[in-house]
Amino acid sequence: MDCVVTGGNVKVLAKAIHSLSRIGDELYLEPQEDGLTLRSVNSSRSAYACFLFSPLFFSRYAIPDGHGFRCKVAIKSVQAVFRSLATLEKTVEKCHIELDGEKSRLTFTLHCKHGLLKTHNLSFQDSESLQAVFDKDASTNVLKAQPRLLADTVLNFPPSLEEVTVTVSDERVWFRNYVDQDAEPSKAMLTELCLSADEFDHFAVKAQSSVTFCLKELRGLLVFAESTGLPISMYFDGPGSPVVLSVTDSVLDTNFVLATLSDESAVRQQNPKRAGTPLPPLDDFMNDELESYLIAMDTSMAPGPSFRSLLFGSVYPTGSPLSNLTVAGQKVLASDSEEDPEGV
Amino acid sequence: MPLSTQSQDSDAQYILVASLDNVRNISNILKAITFKDHAIFSATPNGLKVTVEDSKCLQANAFIQADIFQEFTIKGDSVGFQVNLTVLLDCLTIFGGSTVPGVSTALRMCYMGYGYPLTLFLEEGGVVTVCKINTQEPEEPIDFDFCSSNVTNKVILQSESLKEAFSELDMTSEVLQITMSPNQPYFRLSTFGNSGNAHYDYPKDSDMMELFQCTQTQTNRYKMSLLKPSTKALALSCKVSVRTDSRGFLSLQYLVRNDDGQICFVEYFCCPDEEVRDD
Repeated sequence: MDCVVTGGNVKVLAKAIHSLSRIGDELYLEPQEDGLTLRSVNSSRSAYACFLFSPLFFSRYAIPDGHGFRCKVAIKSVQAVFRSLATLEKTVEKCHIELDGEKSRLTFTLHCKHGLLKTHNLSFQDSESLQAVFDKDASTNVLKAQPRLLADTVLNFPPSLEEVTVTVSDERVWFRNYVDQDAEPSKAMLTELCLSADEFDHFAVKAQSSVTFCLKELRGLLVFAESTGLPISMYFDGPGSPVVLSVTDSVLDTNFVLATLSDESAVRQQNPKRAGTPLPPLDDFMNDELESYLIAMDTSMAPGPSFRSLLFGSVYPTGSPLSNLTVAGQKVLASDSEEDPEGV
Repeated sequence: MPLSTQSQDSDAQYILVASLDNVRNISNILKAITFKDHAIFSATPNGLKVTVEDSKCLQANAFIQADIFQEFTIKGDSVGFQVNLTVLLDCLTIFGGSTVPGVSTALRMCYMGYGYPLTLFLEEGGVVTVCKINTQEPEEPIDFDFCSSNVTNKVILQSESLKEAFSELDMTSEVLQITMSPNQPYFRLSTFGNSGNAHYDYPKDSDMMELFQCTQTQTNRYKMSLLKPSTKALALSCKVSVRTDSRGFLSLQYLVRNDDGQICFVEYFCCPDEEVRDD
């Protein structure tokens, strides 16, 4: 891969990497025909983020023919390349990214003001493709808002707050801090904000529902959305199924998929329905070169509400025993191929 | 004026008296060389030189010219003593080291001679503090024998551009490698860290490059841990001169402008880490 980013897009790229660093420790890089994909997933696999930069985002975008190449690098080392975010816009004129599979080298070259040239050669690991399968268009509820609206809303919650509950009705949205059941009632504080539908750019609620998810990743995406000035769309169904936060424009497609807290009673009701519509359509899965899928893990055996882990599955070439196995048993959890091979 | 009335009559017994309206003019520059406790002070009629050393491999000198002081009186050709620099700095900033314009601490520094403490009179807003710091036997500073006739390569850069590089340096790298060459890459800083290597190249015709005098290609490595303290001096400075001699010894000279626009110098000498194999 050989690509060049210039001008303000360098900052967009840098912000994207900083947003991804809020999710996980590793950055998955995959140059494809339709653009460069940067992804990350957290260690508990309950949050996943993906940035797709289309070839038009770059002033040069060239990828080798044939077999797709992908790798992962420590996100910290990529962050180090774009360390001084504040001055980046003023100092960096051009960023050249080169992925050399033979030398096992990922090179970032920053052409800065005054002729200063910064070259970072990072070592990388080959990796499986990382992809969560989600169909945001099938979501029952869709909200779209300017980043400012959400940022102002989130600002009302203390930085230590981990989870937020979003409840929607036909014409209103409530943001509420999530209070753990075990929390001492006398010490718990509830903050709730109500936003009216007309504050949103787009407001489509088909079913009243309430989802609880982690605020950290939303904050990460907000930083990115605010710097680019692009609206955020939120796609969700109900407790237990993932919420998708999405920021798109003509050259950029960003999706954050976050697990939501499952609701004990709702899980039981939803289960039959879920079994009827398995998340990854079987055929697509078999044919998809990127072979990846997501299984919402049923954690209803655990006492109390808990986050449903989103397992972004191991990705093996078509026909590998592992992929067959996981497809055959919908309930079987596909664990990360590297971390836990015997978990399957 | 408490300071001037304090001890005019007793001045005669001191072999060194230095007074300053704004103590920040010397405390800042001393901070730039604070990486070890012991500092060797040597005063001559030209001014004050303060030396700090580490591991016999690194030496930092701060030069504070006599005219930085409102009064600088010395008996004889030279006066030398050693004090704990951290303690001295704590005393100099005893009023909090305020950076509010118009509020400054005045200093009168007196030394009576061998075996006597260094006495500081500090005044701010009418409050006077007297500090006495015990002095130690002055050690002989290491002579790095770095003379300009042996300098093979020299560049002068505006500090701004080096500050950026130093703030981004990969601290997981044990060494900082400096390459200076009449040909490409001209002036290069390299690190070799956990996640890979990084190079910062400065072209010789950059706006930031004030002087470029390189006669031969030289690549030397310096311990990052040794060079780290020099970033304090870099942060204060407006220009920096980077020189290497034929043995690979490094000299970094920082030009520092104080609050009153006067110029002081801070100098770092560092031994090279090891012979670099070409690879």
